[in-house]
Formats: sequence, structure tokens, C-alpha cells
Amino acid sequence: MIMFNTNNIKKDFPILKRKVNNKQLIYLDNAATSQKPLQVINAVANYYKTSNANIHRSIHKLGEEATIIYEEAHKTVAKFINAKSWREIVFTKNTTESLNLIAYSLTCTFNKGDEIIISREEHHSNFVPWQQCAKIHGLKLKIVDIKKDGTIDLDHLKLLLTKKTRLVSVAHISNVLGTVNNIKIIAEIVHKNKSILCVDAAQSVPHMLVDVQDLDCDFICFSGHKMLAPTGIGVLYGKKNLLEKMPPFLFGGGMIKEVKDNESTWTDLPWKFEAGTPNIAGAVGLNAAVKYLQKLGMKNVFRHTSVLTRYALKQLQKQKDIVIYSKNPYTVLSFNIKNIHAHDVVSILDKEGIALRAGHHCAQPLIEYLNTEATVRLSPYIYNTKHDIDILIKALDKVRKVFA
Amino acid sequence: MDMYMENILDHYKDPHNKGSLKDPHIKNKEKNPSCGDVIEVTAIVNKDKRIIDVKFDGYGCAISQAAISMVTDDVKGKTTKEILKMKKHDILNLLGIDIVPMRIKCVMLGLRVLQRGILKFEGKNHKEIILSDME
Repeated sequence: MIMFNTNNIKKDFPILKRKVNNKQLIYLDNAATSQKPLQVINAVANYYKTSNANIHRSIHKLGEEATIIYEEAHKTVAKFINAKSWREIVFTKNTTESLNLIAYSLTCTFNKGDEIIISREEHHSNFVPWQQCAKIHGLKLKIVDIKKDGTIDLDHLKLLLTKKTRLVSVAHISNVLGTVNNIKIIAEIVHKNKSILCVDAAQSVPHMLVDVQDLDCDFICFSGHKMLAPTGIGVLYGKKNLLEKMPPFLFGGGMIKEVKDNESTWTDLPWKFEAGTPNIAGAVGLNAAVKYLQKLGMKNVFRHTSVLTRYALKQLQKQKDIVIYSKNPYTVLSFNIKNIHAHDVVSILDKEGIALRAGHHCAQPLIEYLNTEATVRLSPYIYNTKHDIDILIKALDKVRKVFA
Repeated sequence: MDMYMENILDHYKDPHNKGSLKDPHIKNKEKNPSCGDVIEVTAIVNKDKRIIDVKFDGYGCAISQAAISMVTDDVKGKTTKEILKMKKHDILNLLGIDIVPMRIKCVMLGLRVLQRGILKFEGKNHKEIILSDME
């Protein structure tokens, strides 16, 4: 086992050396996006310096190299999440596009009156596509409650499931509360009902070992940029038999077998779902990012971020004027200082060089359920330390001082 | 200049013209869904369309609440036409601070609520008039 050395890790991230407002940057907004190591930055730069070309149809040497590199990235991701085949890996722009792809394509195969279940704690990207597709096709959208600890209420889920339930789509880890849902059990419940399970894994894949065969979910979506890769590259994993039955989401070049005046046929997976010139450099970056994480070991990554999150929780619990919304957080933690608006807290922390997020975190139905308007969210990653959390806790005193 | 200057915090902690007027000519309430800030403005105008009294109610971050407190002080005695002409730099002058771009919406919320209230009062379609917070 490689020892997890944060000092060495930090050296790989040039941005962490910079100062913000004359203070050393402390970046704790990783649930929004992670920073990028030199290994990823250089991989992208090298691709453009040495192998840049369009893929699939370029017969020249550069085209061949770019095609191999691009396919290789699919294989790396497939191994990372233990997909049966790399053809089950579709590259998209991000989690949002992956979820839209499934929602638009899959609901075309549903019948009027069919039902979809999502949860109360979904990010808007796993909420609005289903809500809107339900409107288009006359489907019924049901919302499963969450329990006090922030996890999905499985008893309520069982109550909501009917013969008409075609699909359940839930988050693996809540992007506001940081609680982990037991996807394996949810998959059992959903499959017993002969429904499909889609998982928004945007907050889990960057932090933990996600084995799609072990979890037995039908679809999983995540973004590269939250796991060290560049922005603009995301992943949709889907079981082959499902992807094969689904109509394409986008039409155009790269996804066809044959085009006639009035008919077209589609090419093989995953290209059927990757119309147009894809984000090749992004895929190169994602490939490098996955390899970086694999070298650290995902069990170590999860231990590191969950220990830091728990440490932050403990420190915040000691303070009387803090309201904590996360009961059992692993990667993300939401809180407020009583009587101070989250935006004011974060603005003052920014002056101290500390980057946190404030707002509804694209989860308005959950924020309303929590009976608040906005929360402060901290989300550590591989390069953060207990020292970072200590500095944050101290800086909260400065916030209090301003409003004293 | 610091966003959380003494004068801003004074207005936040002890707001001017807080409350609501009875039988107002102008009344408008809006919410900024992105941060949950809510502001309601009520105002009374005279024959020359000059604001003779104005109050606000609401809740939200220090910046949005301090800004509307200062705006209500500033617009007393001004005509609705003058108020409709007010822009971002007028508010920033009033506040006397620099605002990071991501917080401009907080600063402008109160003025926009008042301006759209005036447009409603004057029978103009306030929804069709786009007021850009960046101007």
C-alpha cells in the first residue's frame, strides 16, 4: 500500500501554491470542482503537442494515435469502475449531460402513465431532466423522502414502487449533505420490482471505489472535473443490453452506420451515443486523472476525505452558534453560522484565502426541506489537511467579529 | 475597499426605513431564488411623482439588506423618473465599497425591486423591461 502523503500530493497541484487576497489559498470547494495535478495538465498539453487529430476516420498516423488514445481512455474508465466491457462507457460533457442522455433516450421507450422515482435530495441535474421528460411523455414523477440521517428512506421507496415504475434515479452521495446511500440495497429493491436503477455518482466516484458490477446499478453518471480531470468530459456507464435498446440522444457524425435519404442505422456502442467530434483532450486528461487516483488507491482516498470531513464535523460541533445540516457526512459537509447569511460567511472567508461554497448547491427541493435558504458547504479532497480545517475554524471567528 | 465596511454593517444591524407603509402607491416584493434574499418595498408618491415616503421589509445577506437600507434613504424626494435611471455605479457610490462580481446581484436586488414596483405603478409591463444588474 502506498502511503498517503498529502505534502507530496500538494506538490503536484501548481494552483495550490498561489495566494488569494495575500493569503495562502485553502481550497475546500471540491464538491464543485477539483484542482488538477501536473500529471493531468501535462497529459493534455502533450496530446496537443504531439498527437492532435480527429478520431475514427483519419487514416493518417496522427489520426490513428488520437483514436487509440481516445479508446484507451474508455478502457481505463471501464477498469476503474469495473464495467464488464469498455463499450459500456460513453463519454459526455459532464454528469448533467449523462443524465439528460438517459432521461431523453430512455423515456422515449416508456408508455404514458409509467412512473419514475427520484429522491428529495437530488441535484437539479438528476431532478429536472426527469421532471421535464415526464411532462413530455405523460409519465408520473414520484419523490422518495429522505430520513433524518440524510439517506434515502427505503421503506418509503418500497411503498412508492408499483408495476408501472420503470426507473428509479438517485444520488450515491448527496452533494449537500455528504451522506452515502446504500446503492447495493437500493438496486436489490429496485430490481425486485423489475425497474431500472440509475445512479448520480458525481460525488462518489471521485472519492470511493465504485464497482458497477458489485453495486449492480444499470446506469451510473459522473463528471471528470470533480476527480482531477479537465472540465468538459463526463461519463455515462450503462449495462450493454440497455444501451443497445436505447435510441441515440444526439444524431450526426461518428454515430451512424449507414445513412439513406429517409433512414439511418446506428454504429456500435459506445459511439452510437457520442455524435460529433468528442472532447479528445478531455478524455486524455480523464485517463491521466484516473491513473493518478488509482496510484493513490481509492480506499486511501476515501479514508482521507472522510477522516477530514469527520474532523471538520467534530470541530464545528464544538461551536454553539453553528447549525450543521449533515448528520452523517463522508465527503461534503453543510452548515451555517446562526443569524449570518451563508454568502456573507463565504465572502469573509474568501478574504482569508479560503474557498468554500454558499448557496442552494443546485438542490433547491432539499434546501427547502432543510428549512433554510442557503448553506455553507465544505468539501475536502486528497490535497487538504487537518491544518486547512483548523485555519477555517479559526477564520470563522473573523466572520463572527465582523457581525459582532 | 472592504465589502464589510463599518457603514455597511451599521445599515445591516440597524436598518433605516424598515417596515411597511399603509395604502402605498408602490408595492413590490421579490425573491432572489439563488440565495433566498427577499425584499419588499412600499412607497408613497406625491403629484409630481416624487417619493415622499418609502419603507422596505425583508431578509437576506448583509450586502442586500444594507444596500436597500441606503437606497431607501437616497430615493426620498427623488422622482420616479430619476429612480428608474439609477444604475449599478449609483448604488456602488452610495455604498462606497467594491463588490466582487458574484455579489452584484445582492447589491442591486433592492433597487430593482423598487424600480419594477415603479414600472408596475406606472402601468408599464415590468416583466418586459429587462434591467441588467451589470449596468
